[in-house]
Amino acid sequence: MGNPMTDQTQTSDVQAQPQGQSEAKPGIIRVEGMHKWYGDFHVLKDLNLNVAQGERIVICGPSGSGKSTFIRCINRLEEHQQGKIIVDDVELTDDVRQIDTVRREVGMVFQHFNLFPHLTVLENCCLSPIWVRKTPRKEAEATAMEYLERVKIPEQADKYPGQLSGGQQQRVAIARALCMKPKIMLFDEPTSALDPEMIKEVLDVMIELAGSGMTMLCVTHEMGFAKTVADRVIFMDGGEIVEQAPPHEFFTNPQEARTQKFLQQILAH
Amino acid sequence: MTESTMKAPKKALRPVKWMRENLFSGWFNTVLTLGVAYMLVTSVGPLLNWFFLDANFVGADASDCTGAGACWLFISQRLNFFIYGFYPDELQWRVDAMFLLLAIAFVPQFIERFPGRKWLGLFGIFGLPVVGYFLIPGGSFGLEQVQSSKWGGLMLTLILAYIGIVASLPIGILLALGRRSEMPIIRGICVVFIEVWRAVPLITVLFMASVMLPLFLPEGVNFEKLARALIGITLWQSAYMAEVIRGGLQAIPRGQYEAADALGLGYWRKTGLVILPQALKMVIPGIVNTFISLFKDTTLVLIIGLFDILGTVQSTVTDPAWQNVAIEGYVFVAFCFWVFCFGISRYSQNLERKLDTGHKT
Repeated sequence: MGNPMTDQTQTSDVQAQPQGQSEAKPGIIRVEGMHKWYGDFHVLKDLNLNVAQGERIVICGPSGSGKSTFIRCINRLEEHQQGKIIVDDVELTDDVRQIDTVRREVGMVFQHFNLFPHLTVLENCCLSPIWVRKTPRKEAEATAMEYLERVKIPEQADKYPGQLSGGQQQRVAIARALCMKPKIMLFDEPTSALDPEMIKEVLDVMIELAGSGMTMLCVTHEMGFAKTVADRVIFMDGGEIVEQAPPHEFFTNPQEARTQKFLQQILAH
Repeated sequence: MTESTMKAPKKALRPVKWMRENLFSGWFNTVLTLGVAYMLVTSVGPLLNWFFLDANFVGADASDCTGAGACWLFISQRLNFFIYGFYPDELQWRVDAMFLLLAIAFVPQFIERFPGRKWLGLFGIFGLPVVGYFLIPGGSFGLEQVQSSKWGGLMLTLILAYIGIVASLPIGILLALGRRSEMPIIRGICVVFIEVWRAVPLITVLFMASVMLPLFLPEGVNFEKLARALIGITLWQSAYMAEVIRGGLQAIPRGQYEAADALGLGYWRKTGLVILPQALKMVIPGIVNTFISLFKDTTLVLIIGLFDILGTVQSTVTDPAWQNVAIEGYVFVAFCFWVFCFGISRYSQNLERKLDTGHKT
């Protein structure tokens, strides 16, 4: 989507970022001074984030820290009340057309898969390419099969989601999002609802995807995944970004007390 | 473990054992069983006699009825009136053609793998009313005009129910969506519409349509009585339909809306491709329930002077030429309603089975 509007005021925003990430050029996702409230409850406080094309970011933090809400703001499943979110040069406002433009370029994978139970796996994957991208059915199905192959379940194409295991459903969900050929993928705790033996098959797919240069934002508790693929780990607590660093730095030398406490809790058990 | 060779134990059907365990398991159950058996024997016999053995099936008029059993002669002699009302005899082929089309469109729906069954169904829903609109009243394509005041009997019942059903479903869907809309004005209009129409008895709606509506219309503008009744029935029914469908919409998990949003489908595609197919499937029993109750409620048009099947039978029952045929008449009406309602019900169960795609997520 060639959108001509580019924001030249980027430099000042970089300086405003507390962690002082040294992005040279405007990223594919820019979050600037973003706040969100649920009623009177201040869920997200002054978030700033610049994600470069191809960057893989893992967001972690205790439950209730606002990390899911944050990535759901990036495709406007949640509305922010203050600040700016600019995705692929399109700012998210109340304008429905802009929101749909962004959503076409941003794939999302949910904790509970959210496949459409009345459609087969293949139909799940083809729905949006056919109706939104206006891809011819034949072509959409070929693409879908390609991605189903990539997530290693082409043989399930004609089954309904209800006939698949959780791990298989989540892999279909990833394929469905990829069929839109998005520029960015958001993962909202993709393995949290899975039985332990199925977590690996989903993580393997995500690792493979990370290797292909996809821009990824992933809310997860899988610290192994963070260590393997993340370019940056972001720690959130109480609606704020507390700390962000490359994974080896984040895990071996956390700066903030809250980060240290969190890491102790999740790595100790 | 030799799991491959182990089979689930078979449940043997042993009638004597079953009876001993279930019907004669104690003195109380034995008395109950014998009592019910006695009542069945003493009542079924006379009923059978009345319905079939002593009944009169052939003859020309009331004098051929012996009075020992049912006088089915009455039904067969006046069948023409019960089906067509006052529709002129020589033009009844038009109604017959509609009955035939109705059968062609819907009977195949019960037969799995009937070629082009889907298209026949779509024709039944969208094409049939259009054909009927030109064929039944006539007045165009060189067809002689037949005033709607001459329509009656089963034909009128089917017209009322059919139009009511086919028109109320889409209106109901729109009202249900409107009631859940985020736009306050649309939501307000839909809430008011639903709550007003649903709170009024159909009988009142029909009275208003036939008596009061003409008072508000400007001089010279005059709907036919039938058209007014149809509009009243449709709007009343769509308010009910809206609430049934809203139940389905609310049962769809939030995640489905979010997934559709995240794929960039936008409101109408999300609603049409993801939400409604699931919501409607979920409320098929409720939808069919309202269809069936509408089908039977059409008999209320009697009070505004339209002769549906119940009306024609009732007016004939009081005919001095026929004596004591009220039971036969009402049994016939009940049977006609049962056939159609049971058909609708069977079809809906068919549909539920076919659309079932296993576990819900």
